[in-house]
Amino acid sequence: MKTDLTVNGEARQVEHESRTTLLDALRDHLDLTGTKKGCDHGQCGACTVLVNGRRVNSCLSLAAMHDGDEITTIEGLGEPGALNTLQEAFVNKDGYQCGYCTPGQIMSATAMLEEARDGAPSHVSETLTGSVPLTDAEIAERMSGNLCRCSAYPFIREAIAMSAEKKS
Amino acid sequence: MKEFTYARAETLDDAAGQLDETARVIAGGTNLLDLMKLQVMAPEKVVDITRLPDLSEISAEGEGLRIGALVTNSQLAEDHRVRSLYPVLSRAILAGASGQIRNKATTGGNLLQRTRCPYFYDPAMACNKRDPGAGCAAKEGVGRMLAVFGVSDDCLAAHPSDMAVGLRALDAEVEVRSPDSSTRRLKLDELYRLPGDRPDLETTLAVDEIITAVVLPAPEKGAVQAYRKVRDRASYAFALVSVAGNVTLTDGKIARAKLAYGGVAPKPWTNAKVEEMLVGQAPDEALFRKAAEALTADATPHSDNAFKLPMLRRTLIAVLREATGLADASPGTDKTKDAA
Repeated sequence: MKTDLTVNGEARQVEHESRTTLLDALRDHLDLTGTKKGCDHGQCGACTVLVNGRRVNSCLSLAAMHDGDEITTIEGLGEPGALNTLQEAFVNKDGYQCGYCTPGQIMSATAMLEEARDGAPSHVSETLTGSVPLTDAEIAERMSGNLCRCSAYPFIREAIAMSAEKKS
Repeated sequence: MKEFTYARAETLDDAAGQLDETARVIAGGTNLLDLMKLQVMAPEKVVDITRLPDLSEISAEGEGLRIGALVTNSQLAEDHRVRSLYPVLSRAILAGASGQIRNKATTGGNLLQRTRCPYFYDPAMACNKRDPGAGCAAKEGVGRMLAVFGVSDDCLAAHPSDMAVGLRALDAEVEVRSPDSSTRRLKLDELYRLPGDRPDLETTLAVDEIITAVVLPAPEKGAVQAYRKVRDRASYAFALVSVAGNVTLTDGKIARAKLAYGGVAPKPWTNAKVEEMLVGQAPDEALFRKAAEALTADATPHSDNAFKLPMLRRTLIAVLREATGLADASPGTDKTKDAA
């Protein structure tokens, strides 16, 4: 079967089996290997991409269900020599060790900051209806779908906080 | 994953017409695809209903709210009407899964998600839910996450949803469309079946029925609502126990107490006796302790999870304290705003 996607602003067509996940379509069919396969069960977040601007686990989604969707992967954010704010912040704060979870962390954080700016509450928010300051606890809760096996969490949170400050 | 036929439904009739014992509906897919990768589920056909019109909206219905079955968990938790008038629902959803999963998981799919019992998830283990008549490896196995109410000799699995526990405390109803195009409405207690000797049958839905919406009744003025979840990690973990409370005080007495419990039963659990004990009484520690004892009196824990009983009692007491003002509210307890 054939599925039309817009990936990082470019129209792409993928020919694939019905059981091909969005993750496998990106990595194995479009050679966009920045998006990583960790657990392949939605537990680690390494495969996080944006679908129509919202973060999702690309491993838990069928490519066929994304016909017409806009996908953003880590390759769409910046590139060596022209990193975006969040990528720059991860470098500055040393927000990784082995780096395998990093693309997923950055994609997830990209959407998370947008959610927080829109006033979406989280599990740890004091109030559901007031404004949400992006505290360390808020960042940790909102990023809990992204695991880091090297446990670089403190620096990941610092990098995200730094990027949030720069943007606001 | 085993190969399957993918079909994209254009209308509800089209979707219903494609459903039989060998087919499964897919919407968010966050649970179904996980199970298909493990070959715990292996449908021959997957019917994609995400393009169906009109199922992705939250709209007013009478004085209540109608939540389309395809509304995502994020969309529902973030909705301003839900946050101010039904805060226990936002809190329950935000206590579950991760940001990525909530963006994908739908309202209907959340209700119909399968248990996370590790023996159900492992095709090498005996499981009556996966393979009727095969036996239950959980009985002699590791039982930390299993249910303590409503279980049977054939199945000890717990329903994993947080959202459904919040909905139960709100007396939500589920709208179901039958293949003859008629719709029926079910209370959550009418949607879910207890395992008995057929743990493979989890709901009262026919194979070709589709959940189209969840309907919330008119919001209760002046209610205090709370969702408190206890789990092994601070985030992104299923409940050991959870309690949803929806409590109204009038003249210093409890006028109404709707309580639901998660992580402890094959469906969002309730106990009418506990609520009857509370209604008409002034909030009081001794009363709460008595209610909590009544709640766990008929529990049947596994040898590994008797700890859930005192944990559930303490969690219920904590919710009641905050909901009635005996203790200051912590995040998770919210006073409802009056409807505009």
